[in-house]
Amino acid sequence: MTIPLTATDRRPQLSPHFMFRWEASQDAYILLYPEGLIKLNPSAGEILKRCDGQHTVAELIAELQAAFPGPADDIDQGVRAFLDVATDKGWLHAGELVKKS
Amino acid sequence: MPKDSNGLTLDGQGKPLWLSLELTYRCPLKCSWCNNPLDFDDYAARELSTEEWKRVLRESRELGALQLGFTGGEPLQRTDLEELVSYANELGFYTNLITSGIGLTEERLVALKAAGLKQIQLSLQATEAAVTDALVGATAHERKLDAARRIKAHGFPMVLNMPVFRQNIGMTDAMIAWAAELGIEYIEFANIQYYNWALMNRDELMPTLDQVREAEQVVQRWRDKLGKKMTIYFVIPDYYEGRPKACMNGWGAIHLTIAPDGVAMPCQEARVIPGLEFESVRDKPLAWLWHESPLFRKYRGLDWLPEPCVSCDEKEKDFGGCRCQAFLLTGDASNTDPACGRSPHHARVREAVDTAARPLRFRKPLFKRAAGTVTTAFLED
Ligand code: SF4
Ligand code: SF4
Repeated sequence: MTIPLTATDRRPQLSPHFMFRWEASQDAYILLYPEGLIKLNPSAGEILKRCDGQHTVAELIAELQAAFPGPADDIDQGVRAFLDVATDKGWLHAGELVKKS
Repeated sequence: MPKDSNGLTLDGQGKPLWLSLELTYRCPLKCSWCNNPLDFDDYAARELSTEEWKRVLRESRELGALQLGFTGGEPLQRTDLEELVSYANELGFYTNLITSGIGLTEERLVALKAAGLKQIQLSLQATEAAVTDALVGATAHERKLDAARRIKAHGFPMVLNMPVFRQNIGMTDAMIAWAAELGIEYIEFANIQYYNWALMNRDELMPTLDQVREAEQVVQRWRDKLGKKMTIYFVIPDYYEGRPKACMNGWGAIHLTIAPDGVAMPCQEARVIPGLEFESVRDKPLAWLWHESPLFRKYRGLDWLPEPCVSCDEKEKDFGGCRCQAFLLTGDASNTDPACGRSPHHARVREAVDTAARPLRFRKPLFKRAAGTVTTAFLED
């Protein structure tokens, strides 16, 4: 059985062949990968920035709730929905379920 | 925080996001579908120096370029490839190498990895050595397989590129099976474009529509079977579709190609079009070439479009198709791409397709890419 990425203990991480960074000429975070590039909208950028294999899903949601205005539940759902899409597209992999040592 | 989760778009906003550097037209192989110019041999003496390429890299990053393909010819023929990859990597490019695999030794792979190379696209023409070797005019098959294994062993993401034509289209199935076993994640079946060498050999190379459809079904079966393990690109050639491709996403929209002699072009084939002025980064700043030069402005946007495109609602999707194809088949690059069913010249494309389908015909040998095979004097005036 696969455990969903959005399981709260996951520490999502960028897939190996993806490069994520700020690009001044686009005034945005971008994702670069074989044969492609994507300009991320600000919220996608803020989420991916925290997909570093260190933050758990719960931690990154809490951070975003603290940093951005808006109902906590909306942020929670928005983040989980994004993580699902990003995993489906292959940008993210779920990371280890075990706790950080 | 907004709730939008994947409203992700890419608009070049007038920036050359994709940069292709044709480092050299030198190549140890002799492919009959090569898209290099027929007079490729004349470029060797005019190739940009290492420092000149570095300046191109700096200036194109300043213009907003992000994806970078080192191509050719065979880019491994340049001994400064690693140095250029490393420099491009520092500047923030995502670096891709497009190679035949010939010359990709263990030492060079290690050096390219250290230089920060991100991705390798390797071409392979067939699953049987005799077929590959005959097609490329050299004993290349085993060396290509060797290169594929090494690329995987070094952990590079890899695109396996199979140029598709009549001589190998029947191997689609075997090719995917082989790639799946090796764990290759991307295969691209590149239905070749008929320019330069490929155009000379078009009647011999062009597959029939039935062959194309059959290959398409093979691809679909594998997609169902492999799911996310492998991404398979297979694009039906526009000759058969009745609709042109959105060539390069539009002329001078997001693609910038620099030829070995520094000439800046909207696409790799643009030099087949006569009457355009091609200028080199040796003589002009890249920003001027991209934004201001008559060449890049000539077919940029939609204002220059002819009928039937002007009154067609597909124009924002395909920009009237490919300028090079329009020139080669109608004699005028400003015409609607004849691959379009609405083009008054569409019959030329139909003729070529019909010739391919004729069952019994006299077969000519393929012209191999080689210096002095053809005179190109008629291209010069
Ligand atoms: S198509 Fe063949 S001959 Fe032409 S550059 Fe590529 S490998 Fe060399
Ligand atoms: S008429 Fe022009 S715009 Fe319309 S589909 Fe054909 S090429 Fe495209």
